[in-house]
Amino acid sequence: MDKPFAITLDPGSSLANHTGSWRTSRPVYVDRLPPCNKQCPAGEDIQGWLFHAESGDYESAWRHLTKDNPFPAIMGRVCYHTCEGACNRGQLDAPVGINSVERFLGDEALKRGWKLSAPAAESGKRILVVGAGPSGMSAAYHLRRLGHSVTVYEAGPLLGGMMRFGIPKYRLPRDVLEAEMQRVVDLGVEVRLNSKVDNILDTMRDGKFDAAFLAVGAHIGKRARIPAGDAAKIIDAISLLRSMEGEEKPLLGRRVVVYGGGNTAIDVARTAKRMGAEPLIVYRRTREKMPAHDFEVEEALQEGIMVKWLSTIKQAHESSLTIEKMALDDKGFPQPTGEFETIEADSLVLALGQDVDLGLLEGVPGLQVTDGVVEVAPNMMTGHPGIFAGGDMVPAERNVTVGIGHGKQAARHIDAWLRGEQYVPPVQREVAVFENLNTWYYADAPKTVRPMLDIIRRQSTFDEVQGGLDESNALFEARRCLSCGNCFECDNCYGVCPDNAVIKLGPGKRFEFNYDYCKGCGVCVAECPCGAIKMEAEEI
Amino acid sequence: MSFQPVHFYQTGTFTVGNRLLAQEERSVQANMERTNSLNSGHRACQGCGEALGARYAIDAAMNAARGRLIAANATGCLEVFSTPYPETSWQIPWIHSLFGNTAAVATGIAAAIKVKRQKGQMGDVRVVAQGGDGGTTDIGFGCLSGMFERNDDVLYICYDNGGYMNTGVQRSSATPPAARTATTMPVGPEPGNAFGQGKFVPAIAMAHEIPYVATATVADLRDLEYKVTKAMGMRGARYIHILVPCPLGWGAASQDTIKLARLAKETGIFPVFEAERGEVTGVLKIRRPQPVEEYLRLQKRYAHLFGKKPAVETIARLQAAADKNIRKYGLLDQEAN
Repeated sequence: MDKPFAITLDPGSSLANHTGSWRTSRPVYVDRLPPCNKQCPAGEDIQGWLFHAESGDYESAWRHLTKDNPFPAIMGRVCYHTCEGACNRGQLDAPVGINSVERFLGDEALKRGWKLSAPAAESGKRILVVGAGPSGMSAAYHLRRLGHSVTVYEAGPLLGGMMRFGIPKYRLPRDVLEAEMQRVVDLGVEVRLNSKVDNILDTMRDGKFDAAFLAVGAHIGKRARIPAGDAAKIIDAISLLRSMEGEEKPLLGRRVVVYGGGNTAIDVARTAKRMGAEPLIVYRRTREKMPAHDFEVEEALQEGIMVKWLSTIKQAHESSLTIEKMALDDKGFPQPTGEFETIEADSLVLALGQDVDLGLLEGVPGLQVTDGVVEVAPNMMTGHPGIFAGGDMVPAERNVTVGIGHGKQAARHIDAWLRGEQYVPPVQREVAVFENLNTWYYADAPKTVRPMLDIIRRQSTFDEVQGGLDESNALFEARRCLSCGNCFECDNCYGVCPDNAVIKLGPGKRFEFNYDYCKGCGVCVAECPCGAIKMEAEEI
Repeated sequence: MSFQPVHFYQTGTFTVGNRLLAQEERSVQANMERTNSLNSGHRACQGCGEALGARYAIDAAMNAARGRLIAANATGCLEVFSTPYPETSWQIPWIHSLFGNTAAVATGIAAAIKVKRQKGQMGDVRVVAQGGDGGTTDIGFGCLSGMFERNDDVLYICYDNGGYMNTGVQRSSATPPAARTATTMPVGPEPGNAFGQGKFVPAIAMAHEIPYVATATVADLRDLEYKVTKAMGMRGARYIHILVPCPLGWGAASQDTIKLARLAKETGIFPVFEAERGEVTGVLKIRRPQPVEEYLRLQKRYAHLFGKKPAVETIARLQAAADKNIRKYGLLDQEAN
């Protein structure tokens, strides 16, 4: 009588009855591509690192993140986080504050001194990287991790490229920039500062490099033909921002007019404000048409920066400018009205876009340059074998995140090319759309707003404008992630199956279907919060 | 009060489990070691709400009773699909009663245990009786009322799917108004089940002033487990009435079982509350209010309301009934969730 309590007969178990034969379609677990990941120009696995952050394991989160992007503290400050625009949670309440969690992880890494992991083995190959900006340093990092010997040539005196010479301190404190750059150097990347490459082929030959990645930033300000008197003070925006990094700060006078409507124009105006000037932005179209990001325009306006919309500068004089008013035509283009006015100006800053100095490419056979940028194949290689390029100098949107993404892509392709192979990116997974989710299961949780520096200090100092999250609210924000398309082990499928046909494999191991008993009702698919299960027709 | 989420963890506590919760805060169903009282291989239809509800409830009761539990089971779907001789899906001591006497059988088991305990022949064992709405609200109602008024130490669980489903979907006294069944066909001036008939047994159970009465649905697992566990912590007659959608009888898609239970609660059609000694002590608030139409449209048993000429007046009467529940039980809260 070795029977359980109150059992006298051997029961015949219903396990003998394989109800799986009823099924006409079967549930299968899938990993769909979250929209944030799809959107990220640097190719970060955002949902993946948030998953670690949710459990408070910030180091794993940071390590997962830095597989794709070695600069989370920089990203968490200057990235335009288009991922948040794609976030499915935006359709529920507000997008997850991905950028603020990324910054928290980046800052946490700097605080705790976490190091990037060194390459497993040396390849013996030598790679030249030109330019120590976001794209070049990203490539250097990824190439180094793949075991290659990397030397970075930088024309300027410091690391960072446009992140240093184009982005003001109040958006990116220099200690953060330096710390994240140094971490890459610590991996064994050789850096040569004040070393402008005049001819890429010569440098490659002299240094016995197997391949090169060119990532020269757009450091040359575009000029506009504005008739100006001898005494008129006209400077370009990018030179101004660069001189902010030096010992001698530029002299702008009190009334500074900034001409242009991009992010650089805003940066210059906000910089001038902090130097005690009264900046005025002159832009030929309207606010809606302004290429600058809306939040930057908003922050500038908060700081008391004035903007003159629908205006062009016709002439510059010693202490004044002649402005012509514009009007938008039917197609939205600004047209001159013939109405003029004069405004006072001690200096005029031109923020009309930038060009890349492509001098180093002269005489390189096979290259194709269109509209001031170098054409590259999908593998980031220029028309000259072994020379790859990315960042500002190739046709793409110009921002830090795009540059970092180019660096990563190029590194993978260079690595494959050196072995005579071709890097084949993984097949893009099906995107997890909002309709895949069952949002009932997500508790309502408003977005955590980052603290902003008070307005007086924003107008007079270069202190960082946007603060970071602390541990408790960063954790809260991470946990707002819906984990779109990827199982986060909520046990719903395991719980809701009327047939007990889902096997729980244990923490971190997810689940399996027991197709002997699964009847194919589809309740698990309907009740999966994140859309990580789908039905497939059975072959009959 | 009913179960209220206290922690914020990514999905709150609406999901079955949560890797971020402490072990003791997780649901019984999330446990890899759960009893699986009603095991695989049973012959319930695809997406059966009753099979799900029974496993939820009995697993929770087993957990609360530390595995020392006996269940009496009325004739009905649950018995037929789980135990066709010589097989059974039950992994607990389980006895099949007649259609109408399961409450009395459970009373007898409880009495026998009481005597054996007095004689020192056994330790504490708890008793559950369970049946469908037919076996509870119609055929077994006399025995049930007797069990209540004697305050026998039994937890009675009714799985309400609104009809006699395994015999071919006939009307019971729990079939809602306007619903089509085999015996309330959608013909004549008032198609479907009549308004103003039938009964709501939780209210009748409350009238007996027994220690505990609660309603639940298969859509709110945490609430269901909370109520079963609470009931198991009490002595005397206790009654839990669980709404379990029936894809066959309701004419619904098999994957919509939980969705329908959720809509029944969110529309106010099925009030989810608990009561002690005849007084309501807690309600599960509506989180995302919806019109009854959202619930009705998914079910073919109401298809006659949405023909070429929608039965606007009938839908309005059903909405009024839901609104009455919302008023009566205070289901809406400005600070819901």
